[in-house]
Amino acid sequence: MKMRGRSISPGKAQGEALVSKEPIGFYGGIDLKTGIVIEKGHELEGKCVKGKVLVFPQGKGSTVGSYVIYGLKKNGVAPAAVVNKETETIVATGVILAGIPCVDGIDIERIKTGDKLTVDADNGTVEVE
Amino acid sequence: MLSGEHGEAIERMFRLLVRLGDVYGADRMIPVGSVQVAGVSYKSIGDPGMEFLEDLAEKGVKVKVSTTLNPAGMDLEKWKELGFPEEFAEKQLRVMDAFKRMGIMTTVTCTPYLVGNLPRYREHIAWSESSAVSFANSVIGARTNREGGPSALAAAICGLTPNYGLHLDEKRKPTLLVKVSAELSDIADFGALGYYVGKLVRKGVPYFKGIKHANVDQLKALGAAMAASGAVALYHVEGITPEAAMMSTEGLESVEVGDKELEETYRSLNTGTGPDIVILGCPHASINEVAELARKLEGKQLKKPLWICTSRATKETARRMGFMNTIEKAGGRLVSDTCMVVSPIEQMGYKTTGVNSGKAANYLPGFCKQQVVFKKMDELLEDIM
Repeated sequence: MKMRGRSISPGKAQGEALVSKEPIGFYGGIDLKTGIVIEKGHELEGKCVKGKVLVFPQGKGSTVGSYVIYGLKKNGVAPAAVVNKETETIVATGVILAGIPCVDGIDIERIKTGDKLTVDADNGTVEVE
Repeated sequence: MLSGEHGEAIERMFRLLVRLGDVYGADRMIPVGSVQVAGVSYKSIGDPGMEFLEDLAEKGVKVKVSTTLNPAGMDLEKWKELGFPEEFAEKQLRVMDAFKRMGIMTTVTCTPYLVGNLPRYREHIAWSESSAVSFANSVIGARTNREGGPSALAAAICGLTPNYGLHLDEKRKPTLLVKVSAELSDIADFGALGYYVGKLVRKGVPYFKGIKHANVDQLKALGAAMAASGAVALYHVEGITPEAAMMSTEGLESVEVGDKELEETYRSLNTGTGPDIVILGCPHASINEVAELARKLEGKQLKKPLWICTSRATKETARRMGFMNTIEKAGGRLVSDTCMVVSPIEQMGYKTTGVNSGKAANYLPGFCKQQVVFKKMDELLEDIM
């Protein structure tokens, strides 16, 4: 199944999907050193985003979240790619600064955690194997 | 220019502007006359922000247009004396060094328009710092959206900003008519009015009628409070701000703000009593505000600490005029480069802070875990005299 969306940040990546139905706040929500979700009560709490294709509707919370996304990449614990329903400015700023491929405008309900995804953010497509 | 690491960094910043432009429906990029960059305090940006800025500076990236800087998390010269933690200071100085290497003027004030970054009427600019955005749009009639730290930095590096929002005539029209019947005398009254209206109008553009007189310091306080309690980036005041006369208020929804609404606002913003410290100068005090404080403290002795936050440039004038000496003799301090919102005052043993700023009253409970006493300056001074 191949879905077409909009390219937010270019690049290509493959990986296992980690899906959140809730928005993700990166500042105070994900540990910068480990890439583990630390927000209390979040559906991904305790999960690690490293190397995953992180799928969530949109970002939330502090604008410093952009810098956290950049920090995750620098620390080698960033997601391989990001897929959103609608990327707002905090996540858009973060993935562009970090150089993480990102596509939005995707019907994320059709993706399940563990699915093998190929993200081609140069062409704005997401393929579920 | 667009080659190697240096070029790649610039290309990424340009891509950021293009994508943000897409998200907001901009038709093209437009050149900007100046930039104000926020996201300076180490307290707000942390290690990830610091490392990002250091990476850019390391790659030799420079800004293309006149760019000034928001307050840092501490007084950059007297941090030791004022009790700022050592580890915090070391990282804050690294942040400052990165900005400086990029060619950004380290003015470190939220009032760039008072220290040499003064746009002209209708000039397109890309500013962050919500209170300065409001002042530039409303009082000067320059044009900027509310930029975030990274997008403002990108605009400075590329000399461009996407053309949308408040850069366009039609987005500058008022959305709410505010009829003011309350008596406004002190700066705190303007802060309370701004806090009240900001909550109501949120992202809209208020048009004020009934404000008979307002000086620059009072407009600065009004705009800052609205930008904090709401996301107001532009307001008009009949007979006072430059674009007001061109705007029609016909058919607009309207609200009235009388003495009752103002009193209620004062009540809701007061979450404590008996301040441990009084902090004035949010946004940074002008030289007139510093002079007024000095007059009131002449020959007096304070029982509790008092800070007045101001730009380094204003502080220098205050020193020459003897205002600083008067304030220090009474037990107060002129604090530069920072303010109560972005400095770690909660780590310095203060629990209740007295302020005369609607903006500070809005942020101190969340950002600094403070209880707030929000009053007119005279009443705050009485509390600690």
